[in-house]
Amino acid sequence: MLFWKLISVSIRSQMQYSASFITLCLAHFLSTSVYILAIGVLFDRFHIVKGWTFYEVGLIYGIVHIGFGLAESFACGFERFSQMLIQGDFDRVLLQPINPLIQIAVHDIQLMRLSRSVQGGVVLAVSLSHFSFTLFSIHSLVIILSIIGTASFFYGLLVIQAAISFWTLESLEIMNITTYGGLQTGQYPMSFYDRPFRLIFTFLIPLACVAYYPIATLLHHESIPLWAAAIAPLSGIIFLFLACQLWHLGSRHYHSTGS
Amino acid sequence: MNGYLAILKIRMKALFQYRAAALAAIMNQLFWGILMTMIFRAFFSSTSTSHPISLSQSITFIWLSQALLQLLPWTIDKELESQVKNGNVAYELIRPLNLYTLWFVRSLAMRLVPTITRCLPIFLIAEWFFELQPPISWNAGALFCLSVIFAFFLSSAITTLVIISLFWTISGEGIQRLLPHFSLLLSGMTIPLPLFPQWMQPFLNIQPFRGIMDIPCRIYTGIIPEADVWIYIGFQLTWIVGLVLFGQWLMKRATRRFVIQGG
Repeated sequence: MLFWKLISVSIRSQMQYSASFITLCLAHFLSTSVYILAIGVLFDRFHIVKGWTFYEVGLIYGIVHIGFGLAESFACGFERFSQMLIQGDFDRVLLQPINPLIQIAVHDIQLMRLSRSVQGGVVLAVSLSHFSFTLFSIHSLVIILSIIGTASFFYGLLVIQAAISFWTLESLEIMNITTYGGLQTGQYPMSFYDRPFRLIFTFLIPLACVAYYPIATLLHHESIPLWAAAIAPLSGIIFLFLACQLWHLGSRHYHSTGS
Repeated sequence: MNGYLAILKIRMKALFQYRAAALAAIMNQLFWGILMTMIFRAFFSSTSTSHPISLSQSITFIWLSQALLQLLPWTIDKELESQVKNGNVAYELIRPLNLYTLWFVRSLAMRLVPTITRCLPIFLIAEWFFELQPPISWNAGALFCLSVIFAFFLSSAITTLVIISLFWTISGEGIQRLLPHFSLLLSGMTIPLPLFPQWMQPFLNIQPFRGIMDIPCRIYTGIIPEADVWIYIGFQLTWIVGLVLFGQWLMKRATRRFVIQGG
């Protein structure tokens, strides 16, 4: 299929500079590890926070970083989409007989950024070893769904960021609040935050639904039925779907800058 | 000297043009400040033992960090980077200016402008609405400002060093990727340094990044008593002088043996 061909081309081109690739992977792994280090420092001093231990927070942190890493590796095209519009490269995309959304998605795949997911995976694995979850159980299913939901959610945010640039190219920096701010917010349990903030991140931006509620339910921090916790991550996929719709709406708005 | 001042002025004028970006950044920083305040309140709410700094001091640390975020040596001048990469640095060498000082001044402008445009609004909003405490005394406030000025120089010295390192690594993407995260952590912007475990303190106390944020914050909140402030400002100065001398030496070595690629 053409989609996989485009992906494999992208991957092979990055592997041409293997030394640079490995250095970047290592650098990205180390720099994203800074955040678990910071959380570790705080827990080393405060031990238990609002009933949460370090390893319990580690579960959420791990899932959020795996998801964010997946999204940021495969959504670079959307992240840089405003540049594409400014330079008029989007016209070329529209001329090709493939869904433009897919073209942008495979336009720039940065495997190096997956090292954030690896980092999150290490944290998740270490945290999991402190719980007696069995491998084939509802627990693993919830965690896997949660990772899928989180990845879709962050992917959706990046698609929205791209979609907005159809209307305005100004102050896209503000979107960092939702992407990197979302990452920072999602690292900690939602119960740490004030109520209005929590409501925004549950109903308006479903960040709490993809990682916090499922995990908090598994750990008995929230009294939600297990089945509800298991399907909560689906909201991430719905969010991604709506984001794509917004993008399509925007692309119908598009007038070339011409050059 | 006049030449360098002129460059500083021109760069600052150019950088002041990005007002929309400044507004977005202010919103961004306010969000982070509010978020971090909630997180620290959660952490402090579950503890009864005493800690090296109190909750209200931590919140002050957070807001000062947000206001002065752009002071951090986390990015390098893209133009200088491409000069090294595409060989245009050769033209720079022809100029009757010291290349190190030129780069240092440019880095300084790059730090000064975003900080100046962003710090005051954030500072005022945080003071009115979000529990940023005023400095412990007028003296502490004045010494804080002095210490921040040195922090600018320290930060620029580090930035310049990173640009010089590009002579050896060409792409330097590894360092550039690590720099923002580690300078955030080591300067005490992510977590105030006093809250780190005891066994890390000897290392944290001597590394240069603490001179950028941790020392000004400690002066502001009065954790460093007024009588001792000069020791800490001396610490900043020592690192500035050390890094500048090291940078100049490195620059001399680099320009003696480098090969311009392309023609």
